[in-house]
Amino acid sequence: MIGATRAEVCAVAIAEAFRGDGEVLVSPIGTLPQIGARLAKLTFEPDLLMTDGVAPLLANVLPVSGRDRPDPVIEGWLPYRKVFDQVWSGRRHVMMGATQIDRYGNQNIACIGDYAKPKAQLLGMRGAPGNTINHTTSYWVPGHSDRVFVPKVDVVTGIGYDRAAALGPVSSRFHEIRRVVSNLGVFDFATGDHRMRLASLHPGVSLDEVVENTGFELAIPATVPETRAPSDAELRLLREVIDPEAIGSGEVRA
Amino acid sequence: MDKRTSLASAVAELRDGMTIGIGGWGSRRKPMAVVREILRTDLRDLTIVSYGGPDLGLLCAAGKVKRACFGFVSLDSIPLEPHFRAARQNGTIETFELDEGMFQWGLYAAATRLPFLPTRAGLGSDVLKLNPQLRTVRSPYADDEELVAMPALALDVAFVHMNRADASGNGQYLGPDPYFDDLFCMAAKRRFVSCEKLVRTEDFLKEGTLHTLLLNRTMVDGVIETPRGAHFTECPPDYGRDEAFQREYAASAKDPSAWQAFFGRYLALEDEAAYQRAVAAR
Repeated sequence: MIGATRAEVCAVAIAEAFRGDGEVLVSPIGTLPQIGARLAKLTFEPDLLMTDGVAPLLANVLPVSGRDRPDPVIEGWLPYRKVFDQVWSGRRHVMMGATQIDRYGNQNIACIGDYAKPKAQLLGMRGAPGNTINHTTSYWVPGHSDRVFVPKVDVVTGIGYDRAAALGPVSSRFHEIRRVVSNLGVFDFATGDHRMRLASLHPGVSLDEVVENTGFELAIPATVPETRAPSDAELRLLREVIDPEAIGSGEVRA
Repeated sequence: MDKRTSLASAVAELRDGMTIGIGGWGSRRKPMAVVREILRTDLRDLTIVSYGGPDLGLLCAAGKVKRACFGFVSLDSIPLEPHFRAARQNGTIETFELDEGMFQWGLYAAATRLPFLPTRAGLGSDVLKLNPQLRTVRSPYADDEELVAMPALALDVAFVHMNRADASGNGQYLGPDPYFDDLFCMAAKRRFVSCEKLVRTEDFLKEGTLHTLLLNRTMVDGVIETPRGAHFTECPPDYGRDEAFQREYAASAKDPSAWQAFFGRYLALEDEAAYQRAVAAR
């Protein structure tokens, strides 16, 4: 196998975010999260439950694009009303995007600027408040910059660890921000006060590059590991089964 | 009871300042013929409650909206609704922005005549900060947990679009998702269903299974047959989204002259039939 691309490294890092989840609904928002979650399901997390993007739940794993796809095997039905039930039951791990994210993992996908007359209206709250208070959440940031990783988000849609702590142990007992995966590295909150920590750098990325592109001070361990490279088996699955048209590479800057 | 009516008669019931619920989701199975009919009136200051798509975008662009209640506004294949964005960024509309699940809970509270329903969703987020009228409530049981008291989203009028309906107001969806159309109807004082095709009651089960019969006739006051009435949103299995038209719609948000041209060509026409002819002729 020829060497892994940055997008393939990201796909594996995303898959790793779902390791240990077992039998839960995963909702990967975005192309590489779709690819990464499928990779996890085909390798170390076979019990993950996934929709086709709409209401049908698919038992098999289909490629993310292309015409000659195998027939879907439908194992269930999850219209939006049941999605909310599933969210509130906690048996779910969502990976959302973040237009802004801060050091405690507060996320903003609603708008940029003054709320009454925003500079940029974005998607809105969507399900972020309910997701983050009810079940495990991770984030995918394809373009790591100090405009995304900011000291303070303009609107808190998904709640971070400081907001969760302020609610107290009862209300925050289901809150977990598992992982933030960007095109430069992997981040977690494994620090005393749950500030964001650099967990690994993708191959070819320098520590300086991450620090320069992050608008707040990251916790940085004495030794920063490299994000693990995809195995040959994983590369084969990515290239031949999950993403044969390599659309994942279109989402990420190298 | 024969509840068949027309777009014009249904929309004639609306008044300035009313709270209107619109079914569907994003750019999916929206009662667009009704929205277009509202654009033909001089109604204003409406509060629109919607899992928002081009329904909300069109009403904003036409200056009909005072306040939007939403969890998101999207065209699906075009993630951000450009006309809604313009209204927000110009500061011309008020908002009641909610988590998507809180929104459902608000409809359900209204549907079941409860003042509120408790939920964990919203705690700690800016939903509560941006909507200071929202309150929390404490569990009266031993857990004493604090929860958001999501208030009922009571509607004056609801509009939903079904694949099939009968003259009595029974409604059938044939696509993958019912969305929340039953709750919209149950949350409203007056309820109108537009449909692709009016069928005889005895023919429902030739169209789909028992489980596709979403609306029963106690939930509906008026039925309007509007073939392609969800255009340009999707209405499977009858038709998919008209992506080319949706792109044309989105491009019309570029500047006021583009909007005027789009409005003149498709919307400033005498009725829905004229709209459908203009779409077919392009």
